[in-house]
Amino acid sequence: MLKYKILIYGYGNPGRQDDGLGNAFVEKLEKWVNSEKLDKIEFDSNYQLNIEDAEAIADKDLVVFVDASTEDIKDFILTPVNADTNVTFTTHAASPGYIVGLCKDLYNKIPATYLLHIKGYEWAFKEGLSDKAIANLELSITHIKTKLTDPGQLINQFQDY
Amino acid sequence: MERKITIEPVTRVEGHGKVTIHINNEGNVSQSRLHIVEFRGFERFVQGRPYWEAPVLVQRLCGICPVSHHLAAAKALDVIVGAGTGDGLTPTGEKMRRLMHYGQIFQSHALHFFHLVSPDLLFGVDGDPAIRNIIGVAKKHPDLAVQGVMMRKFGQEIIKATAGKKIHGTGAIPGGINKHLTQEEKDSFINGADPLNIEKMISWGQDAVNFLKSYHKENKEFIDGFAAFPSSHLSLVRKDGAMDLYHGVLRAVDAEGKKILHDVDYQDYLEYINEEVKDWSYMKFPFLIEYGKKDGWYRVGPLARMNTCEFIPSPLAQKEFEEFKAYTNGKPNNMSMHMHWARLIELLHSAEMMKELLNDPDLMSGELVTKGEKKNEGVGLLEAPRGTLFHHYRINEHDQIEMANLIVSTTNNNEPMNLAVNYAAKQFMNGQEKITEGMMNAVEVAIRAYDPCLSCATHAIGQMPLEVVLVDAKNQIIDRKRK
Repeated sequence: MLKYKILIYGYGNPGRQDDGLGNAFVEKLEKWVNSEKLDKIEFDSNYQLNIEDAEAIADKDLVVFVDASTEDIKDFILTPVNADTNVTFTTHAASPGYIVGLCKDLYNKIPATYLLHIKGYEWAFKEGLSDKAIANLELSITHIKTKLTDPGQLINQFQDY
Repeated sequence: MERKITIEPVTRVEGHGKVTIHINNEGNVSQSRLHIVEFRGFERFVQGRPYWEAPVLVQRLCGICPVSHHLAAAKALDVIVGAGTGDGLTPTGEKMRRLMHYGQIFQSHALHFFHLVSPDLLFGVDGDPAIRNIIGVAKKHPDLAVQGVMMRKFGQEIIKATAGKKIHGTGAIPGGINKHLTQEEKDSFINGADPLNIEKMISWGQDAVNFLKSYHKENKEFIDGFAAFPSSHLSLVRKDGAMDLYHGVLRAVDAEGKKILHDVDYQDYLEYINEEVKDWSYMKFPFLIEYGKKDGWYRVGPLARMNTCEFIPSPLAQKEFEEFKAYTNGKPNNMSMHMHWARLIELLHSAEMMKELLNDPDLMSGELVTKGEKKNEGVGLLEAPRGTLFHHYRINEHDQIEMANLIVSTTNNNEPMNLAVNYAAKQFMNGQEKITEGMMNAVEVAIRAYDPCLSCATHAIGQMPLEVVLVDAKNQIIDRKRK
């Protein structure tokens, strides 16, 4: 049994091809977690982050946001998320840092928070990930499964960060 | 020197917008425009798809108000499957949809007011931009910020319970709904641990209205005078004149309150409304055909709804409505910043309606779907958070959509938003030698009152900065600022 409360939160619009990478990640990883009977890991998924997510992360020890990325990265990257104190807020694109910042100011909590960026390629008005995005998804899931075998390490690394 | 100022993108609205303000040699605003960089290909995208997919497909339009598109599409398809024109569903079907809709209105209005508008009110239009945001609100007024979070969460949970899931909800289907409300769901909304229960939501809704009224008393000049201008107003109303955000007939009144669209059946909307194309905007300009392109434009949304309806069918909101109407002696209210007052009265009304519906046994049992004689065309309208939303579909003999036409709320408000920008720009910038961040924000405040949704649906990690570009008469950039 895990001793940490963990939230894995994927976001994006699965009706826009690879923008649904975060949602697909959650769907696949949740199946694995259930099969491994790893309790204390919660999953959530939405079109985008929004203000109520500050409340959702407030009681967690570890949070991993998962989003599609258009950045120039190879396949995926896991980065720590700091509270964003310089916010230009639009509700169509609330950033993970904004959510952490809101959590800090509203609930006086800063959970160890990471953002998993998974590289996407296609963004048209249809469902289904591109082949290259699926490959990146698989790689990122393998990586996170390894990390979840010792979540304390991620939490400690965040505190050092 | 003649200058052009560009504000791009506009912050704290849904999606991307750009404002250009032309300043003449005398230092006065000569022209200002709100340009919308909005994707307009969606109507073509659904062509060829089976019609029953539309209520789910249209949610790809927008991650902000997918429920409104979901329900408007379902209402149009009700007509196609022979389930009537908005009043032919089973009691369960209609009431579950209404609960979903009021949940959407409630959470959307709460998000808009507490997290997009309150920073301008609490810190001032020209307040320090470093704190004039929700983080600033959270630090100075944490109780307000928490209320906004929890009200939004409550509305989202209502949507999840009625639409089936948060993403690509499937609750509304042609001819009805696909689920009942469970006892567990009902109990959680009525008896949920504080604060997540309907009584607390009503109480907070009333508090929000009181907060705005109190602010209004202390800031009358700003709230009454900022970007105020006469206009016509359009919305659905119930056949007896009551506010009805889910279904009704189309009514429009002019700036003096005279009816100019007489409670018509929205299936015939093309007889009354047309859209003008202008070469400088991707977004069309709707107008009432009878009054022409120049004079036929109108406002939609909370302020328009207060001006078109005769009463609100829930007691607390009705009391607030009476006070709202008394302020203008029963005449239409044309003050842009009163949109916030109207929006909060609707928020309270939505909470009251959710309570009524949650206690209705029809939600937990009864037939879910009804069907009748099939048709090949249908129109669905509802009052979305931002105003009247039109969905119109025609299908072929293979049940494929061959024509779709959508007029979204923000499009209906295109002309008034442009006017509001112009009024705000003139009010704050005329004769000023230096354009400050506060003046720029004043223009945004005018736009934000309409809560426009310029959704781009796809998002990616990155920033959405405000960029200000000063361009001279020769289109040379003379200054550029980002925040």
